Amino acid sequence: MLSIKNLQVRVEDKTILKGLNLEVKPGEVHAIMGPNGSGKSTLGYTLSGRPGYEVEGGSVTIDGADLLELEAEDRARAGLFLAFQYPVEIPGVSNMEFLKAALDAQHKAQDKEPMSSRDFLQAARAACKQVNLPAEFLKRGVNEGFSGGEKKRNEIMQMLMLQPKICILDETDSGLDIDALQVVANGVNSQRSPERSFIVVTHYQRLLDYIKPDFVHVLSDGKIVKSGDSSLALELEQQGYAWLQDQPAPAGEE
Amino acid sequence: MTEQIDRALQREYSAGFVSNIESETFAPGLDEDVIRRISAMKNEPEWMLEWRLKAYRGWLEMEEPTWAHVHYPKINYQDISYYSAPKSMKDKPKSLDEVDPELLATYEKLGIPLLEQQMLAGVAVDAVFDSVSVVTTFREKLAEAGVIFCPISEAIEKYPELVKQYLGSVVPQRDNYFAALNCAVFTDGSFVYIPKGTRCPMELSTYFRINEQNTGQFERTLIIAEEGSYVSYLEGCTAPQRDENQLHAAVVELVALDGAEIKYSTVQNWYPGDENGKGGIYNFVTKRGICHNDAKISWTQVETGSAVTWKYPSCILKGDNSIGEFYSVALTRGMQQADTGTKMIHLGKNTRSTIISKGISAGRSNNSYRGLVRMNSSATGARNYTQCDSLLIGDQCGAHTFPYVESRNPSAIVEHEATTSKVSDEQMFLCQQRGLDPEKAVSMIVNGFCKEVFKELPMEFAVEAGKLLEISLEGSVG
Ligand SMILES: Nc1ncnc2c1ncn2[C@@H]1O[C@H](COP(=O)(O)OP(=O)(O)OP(=O)(O)O)[C@@H](O)[C@H]1O
Ligand SMILES: [Mg+2]
Repeated sequence: MLSIKNLQVRVEDKTILKGLNLEVKPGEVHAIMGPNGSGKSTLGYTLSGRPGYEVEGGSVTIDGADLLELEAEDRARAGLFLAFQYPVEIPGVSNMEFLKAALDAQHKAQDKEPMSSRDFLQAARAACKQVNLPAEFLKRGVNEGFSGGEKKRNEIMQMLMLQPKICILDETDSGLDIDALQVVANGVNSQRSPERSFIVVTHYQRLLDYIKPDFVHVLSDGKIVKSGDSSLALELEQQGYAWLQDQPAPAGEE
Repeated sequence: MTEQIDRALQREYSAGFVSNIESETFAPGLDEDVIRRISAMKNEPEWMLEWRLKAYRGWLEMEEPTWAHVHYPKINYQDISYYSAPKSMKDKPKSLDEVDPELLATYEKLGIPLLEQQMLAGVAVDAVFDSVSVVTTFREKLAEAGVIFCPISEAIEKYPELVKQYLGSVVPQRDNYFAALNCAVFTDGSFVYIPKGTRCPMELSTYFRINEQNTGQFERTLIIAEEGSYVSYLEGCTAPQRDENQLHAAVVELVALDGAEIKYSTVQNWYPGDENGKGGIYNFVTKRGICHNDAKISWTQVETGSAVTWKYPSCILKGDNSIGEFYSVALTRGMQQADTGTKMIHLGKNTRSTIISKGISAGRSNNSYRGLVRMNSSATGARNYTQCDSLLIGDQCGAHTFPYVESRNPSAIVEHEATTSKVSDEQMFLCQQRGLDPEKAVSMIVNGFCKEVFKELPMEFAVEAGKLLEISLEGSVG
């Protein structure tokens, strides 16, 4: 469903992604690990169409269609969701207002009827409950004064509401306590389905104990330098990234 | 991203149409004779004419103020026409059936149906078209409660004692240049009187429309709330889209007697001029209220229109324990300039005032907050809290804050907080990533920024104000 070929991306005057390849099929969960600054967030931003991320080469298709030519909002409407590493605050705009507007916009683009306020409220309350946020959070400003962990849970709550096809989670596990980690993992696991795929960016094997990935990739200096199954994550946990520096690129990934 | 937002700000001005109505309009020019003719058109008593002439003579000796942070070419007061009224209004229609349908259609197009059965239940409207009041609705219903709501020209005729007592009592004739001019040439506006202990049964509102070319609108509003009474009043304003600038110099006076409360809301949407600053209304307005013991006046304004705004709704907190509030949203875009704020003059003991100002600047506009908090020596135990927030959209606009504090009583407490923020790329991207288009994103972020002020508006108008911002921001992102 998502096919990334030889992707090269520049931010300002620095090339960050230097020929990245990744195939994500429906229903798959891919974990991406890698050192700080290797380009993991850059990949998420590029896929979701953040202005300032210049694609210098390569291609990305979603179900065969060119993803890169779509505006950010159209990518979202096509079912691409990014859970931000650092969710930003929008003071005065309630979570509820924000979510309803987002849902309405997406439903409209998909020629669906808008959700009634009643159904919306019910679904939103249920989603809050699932990520262990009190329903009062719906009335608070988007991320306004939320703790780090609450922000992350709020991202998952939005994902539950929007029902995207491709979910990119950028370090949603960092800064979470053990309980919250399980909450986030359960949120993801509850959404796993043959139609939905996940790209989970993380630094910690711990999350992958809860969310069993089909593939684990190591991103280093703008490229995927190693891919494997979930045992790769364990290996990384024990050995760090240094041993990968001298490895040749994995087969089928150049 | 900034570029995108800027494009989203290219707005359509939906109230910019011209109504084809035959009017009687004075030739441009201002002298004593013009004032006599205005007074004659209104069948005014001699004392009113004398009052106008005195103001005019005062005005001649005054100078146009230059301290505000706004720039505009010198106004030639002889180029303006000081009176214009639809011909059909000449024989004073007695009821709505007699009002020119074209006039009614104009208001309907603006979203203000004047037929009572079509109106928002619970809102009475005085519709002022250029220099005259066209119709005032629900008057009988209000009269049952003893409330007087009528054009000020009618009040001068029917309630001269009240008018004589209060007109100019809050804003003296020579208060400032534009107020003095207004005293000399004012044409219409609303008069409200709420009897003792009465809670006005409906929201009152006045809708001002400028239609004729080259005319100024000089409206005059006087609201008197007797002891222990309550009224909520709203004004709205629009004008056609024209290349020439037009002058609007209004005076509003509020009198809140002991224990009375007046809530005064404004949604100002005069034509702002085009992208390059051509055309638009000069909105030079003096609004002031006086609070007696335990009284409260609350000003709420949403200012999105006008080429230049010069406006400082103020409270004189004369009585002990009286309360003044000012909640303001001022949005400027394109080449608009706004210098707006308030004055809170604390005279009584334990008087309290709150100022919440939200300035939003986009395009190449300039948005200034100017406020004075004065604690007189008599204002023992007085308190003020001021919060001024500026939101910048793009990097070519300006936001300025000019807070003045004068405290002559050591027991008085004045608190001031100010912030400046931008609509950030991160916020925009978060919205877009969730499927919102950039326009919706900007208007949502701006609405959130204004929330504290919007919640002060009467329900129906809060929605309207939100929509107005949305329209104002339309096209600001592409
Ligand atoms: N605007 C920018 N200008 C210059 N360099 C940038 C800019 N944005 C990101 N970078 C650089 O790009 C590189 C990749 O950043 P990115 O955020 O994608 O890393 P990451 O893999 O997500 O790291 P982390 O694990 O710390 O989250 C970093 O070296 C970062 O400093
Ligand atoms: Mg990152």
